[in-house]
Amino acid sequence: MAESTVVKTSADQLDERLIANASDPLGILRAFWARLRGGDLGSLPVVFGLVVISIVFYVKEPVFLSSRNLVTITQFAAPVGIIALGIVLVLLLGEIDLSVGSVSGASAAVMAVQIVNSGRPVIVGIVAGMLVGVVVGLVYAFLYTKLGVPSFVFSLAGLLAFQGVLLYVLGSDGTINLPSDSWLLDFARFKFLTGTASYVLVVLIGLAFLASRLLSQRSRTKAELSAPSTVSILVKAGLLTGGLAYLTYYLNIGRGWSYLWLFFAALVVAMDFALRRTRWGRHVFAVGGNEEAARRSGIKVTRIYLSVFVGCSTLAAVGGILGAAQLTSVSQATGTTDTNLTAIAAAVIGGTSLFGGRGSAYSAMLGILVLVSISSGLNLIGVDSSVRFMVTGGVLLLAVAIDSVSRRARSSSGRG
Amino acid sequence: MTTTPHQDAPTREGGEPGDPREVVLSLSGIHKRFGAVQALTDVRLEVAAGEVVALVGDNGAGKSTLVKVIAGVYQPDSGDIELAGRRVKVGGPRQAQDLGIATVFQDLALCDNLDVVANLFLGQERVKGGAIDEVAMEVEAWRLLRSLSAKIPSVRIPIAALSGGQRQTVAIARSLVGKPKVVMLDEPTAALGVAQTAEVLNLVERLRDNGLGVILISHNMADVQAVADRIVVLRLGRNEAEFYTDEVTTTDLVAAITGASDNVVASRAARGKEQAHG
Repeated sequence: MAESTVVKTSADQLDERLIANASDPLGILRAFWARLRGGDLGSLPVVFGLVVISIVFYVKEPVFLSSRNLVTITQFAAPVGIIALGIVLVLLLGEIDLSVGSVSGASAAVMAVQIVNSGRPVIVGIVAGMLVGVVVGLVYAFLYTKLGVPSFVFSLAGLLAFQGVLLYVLGSDGTINLPSDSWLLDFARFKFLTGTASYVLVVLIGLAFLASRLLSQRSRTKAELSAPSTVSILVKAGLLTGGLAYLTYYLNIGRGWSYLWLFFAALVVAMDFALRRTRWGRHVFAVGGNEEAARRSGIKVTRIYLSVFVGCSTLAAVGGILGAAQLTSVSQATGTTDTNLTAIAAAVIGGTSLFGGRGSAYSAMLGILVLVSISSGLNLIGVDSSVRFMVTGGVLLLAVAIDSVSRRARSSSGRG
Repeated sequence: MTTTPHQDAPTREGGEPGDPREVVLSLSGIHKRFGAVQALTDVRLEVAAGEVVALVGDNGAGKSTLVKVIAGVYQPDSGDIELAGRRVKVGGPRQAQDLGIATVFQDLALCDNLDVVANLFLGQERVKGGAIDEVAMEVEAWRLLRSLSAKIPSVRIPIAALSGGQRQTVAIARSLVGKPKVVMLDEPTAALGVAQTAEVLNLVERLRDNGLGVILISHNMADVQAVADRIVVLRLGRNEAEFYTDEVTTTDLVAAITGASDNVVASRAARGKEQAHG
């Protein structure tokens, strides 16, 4: 490593075959373009899709981009987004969970029965509902790792079975209304971050981003590795803070950021950290990429499956509980087919590969924004729900097609 | 049964001066049986530090079984395994790694979707404050790859972007992360091109020069003769023969592997020769 080159080059930039080490803006653009051509699309298609959706609906109906509508979109996207976050986890392993909607419904029903029929405190109801998710995940993991039942099959069984559980738990009432004075409903419906507090949050996020990037830059420089320039870090942090500040300003014209959306965003950020920066996350990607290699490296593959199935079902339960709180009631239709497929579609549309080993927590957020935007926009221009289903189906197909094509481009250009 | 040159742990005629090689791994009397099949019978094997021992044999000779016994995948029915003079029991692959026995499997066992650093440290990630310490791992990755004079342009590209030889390099470098004493390479040159094979053979020599004991399993006689110091031939689960590479011809080797001197044709030829001489 201590080669005494005349010009001091970072240890990771010594190889003369490296082309992409240009640090000027043009070089960065060129590297970006090369990555796209190689099929490493990341979240670009879905961001592009969001822009197109915004323009199309704005032209048809300017109310679509009104502050009020955007507040509604973010608020209603959150519960299903949380479910989609769980789906991202199973997809990373190359598995599927078709039953998340039903599980979310069953969990919400258990919570409602605990709170309303048994008169227990709200927190007990929430814990009971989440426990349903945990138990379901444990059973799934057992079926998968011990009995070798394919995830498609047991989650399809779960889809039907937990719809039955929902009906059974609700009993003859059919619908349970949650008490309107509980803090859970308040949190899900009426809490918004607005005014000074919202800007303080934006600044804090910007500072946290800046600090983490600067720290990483310093430790890389200390280790004689190439590091991004301070200017580029400052520009990125500035763009992030500025963008968020503008969004906050715009949403504050309406009611501001809903607590529900902030909770979802915090979950996404935490999951992103867990996936990218912890051993557990690294092992999830490894098992999704090559299970046998992971096993031979001493990774406890069974535990990874267990944690992922439990995580997915628990997130589904949380999403179901918050969704029920948002709608103030649990009915026989809670978490039926629509929720199921929306959550799965969101994860895939957001850019998480169906083939395993590729994806990010942010895909749940971007994907659910696309789907909720589409349905909101179609509602605004007064289109029938029949069309909504067809459009959503088309978008899902497009997303999977992009995934497949970029996978092919990756394998031909050697990007995995 | 043919003659077995170097019946016991071979001491070379004449000996190499100043060569008190320390035996790092030594197996003796290994028996392994699967149902009605006696896969290994009284097999022994020794590897010294800084020595490349090639393990050759036909399909079904017991090479893979022996490798798996050493790697802790199988438990031998009887027999001793000694590591640096100490008797050990290799209970599982993880324990083998902890003891200092690293195995590079034939089918590589790399994750295509992860980058070189992630693959090198898979299962043994460096952690600082709950998060993966990417910087320390990257520095160590470069140190390892440079110590093997490996030609990897960047450690931040996914494995899928590498050529077959580069992947093999990563797989071998990975075996060194745990600072092993013995490295086992299972068919490291299978499915590689000419230049890439040479690259991997260079790597094997560099492992030896770094003072590791290397066990090389291969079907390719040219590769074996190019890098091995000693060649151990297994046939039908037994030690068939043991040669020093510079004292053996390919014909002898092939004869030992196939048991060509152990059949009707060979014995007839030998008889004919005797008669001609007599």
